[in-house]
Amino acid sequence: MADRITLEVTRYQPELSTTPEIESYEVPLRPEWTVLDGLNYIKDQHDGTLSYRWSCRMGICGSCGMSVNGDPKLTCGTFLSGYAPGPIRVAPLANFPVIRDLIVDISDFLRKLVQVTPWISRPDERPISEREYLQTPAEMEEYQQFSMCINCMLCYSACPIYALEPEFIGPAAIALAQRYNLDSRDAGAHLRLDVLNTPEGVWACTFVGECTTACPKDVDPAAAIQRYKLTAAMESVKGFLLPRGAR
Amino acid sequence: MTDPVVRDSGERAPLYRPRVSRLWWLHRRSYRLFVLRELSSVFVAWFVVFLLLFLRAVGQDDAAYQRFLDWAANPFVIALNVVALAFVLLHAVTWFNLAPQAMVVRLRGRRIPPRMIMLSQYAAWVAVSAVVAWLLVGR
Repeated sequence: MADRITLEVTRYQPELSTTPEIESYEVPLRPEWTVLDGLNYIKDQHDGTLSYRWSCRMGICGSCGMSVNGDPKLTCGTFLSGYAPGPIRVAPLANFPVIRDLIVDISDFLRKLVQVTPWISRPDERPISEREYLQTPAEMEEYQQFSMCINCMLCYSACPIYALEPEFIGPAAIALAQRYNLDSRDAGAHLRLDVLNTPEGVWACTFVGECTTACPKDVDPAAAIQRYKLTAAMESVKGFLLPRGAR
Repeated sequence: MTDPVVRDSGERAPLYRPRVSRLWWLHRRSYRLFVLRELSSVFVAWFVVFLLLFLRAVGQDDAAYQRFLDWAANPFVIALNVVALAFVLLHAVTWFNLAPQAMVVRLRGRRIPPRMIMLSQYAAWVAVSAVVAWLLVGR
């Protein structure tokens, strides 16, 4: 195995150019090094102005998502050796506006995330002294998979619908809505229905399935969306057939 | 109250907004397969039209039925139907493969494994095909 590998990094420096450019850097190819380690090496040894987000280095903070050879990846869990002999193309996450180099603007996602009420919503909030909502293991299993989301936005980057229709609420927000809808302690499903049972909600999804392929935490957002389509359709039928009080 | 999450960006450098190419679907194998799957619905619609034309011919007289058979034997129509059959098979197979992701079926409190949901659809397909084959050939 060669002892060095080339990273072709997309750089966008708005004070220098209006379009991104690609710069190549050689980094040591060590079996234990990830793409993120390679970027840190570049920042330390070649160019301190290289900008990118990262924090935990263990696939839980969700901040180091980038496009690696065209695939959305957490760079802390993507090993350089998997791409030997290289070169490896590192670009900002697709489908998001770029602020600088490998940093994308995530405000659209954050705006959509709060729309789906991603917290336990109850009309009868108990006082803190007695607030313990018990749950059986089976009830927890209902939603646990969808609670693994780390908001890394790889699913948005993989989704061609989000690229073509930026108003689409998107995979992670819908999966998180399902995480709370399926939680036995929650009573806010009707709040989420108004947001999700819309052309920009679940009905924008055409089940490409790439969100699930891209997800580093096995959340399966595509399944969350399809399952919610059934729920939304049933609610629409009920709304049409039943009198208001019986819904 | 201001939004707690999205703050006004104020003065900052322009964002670079990448444009989506018209040929985005050529860039990945999974996207190409997805576009083919979407396209398959056109051929499903074609089979419905073909069936309706057939029913109309049967409902008229022998001459109309014969005209339909002659038209359907036209090499162009046969070629179209062969292509349509390929797309309808793609449609069916991809649908069967995706269905377990969309459905959670429980039996006595236990979740049925996704593989079983997929296989049960294939089993139903084989059973219906067998009945159709028996109607056409066996009787």
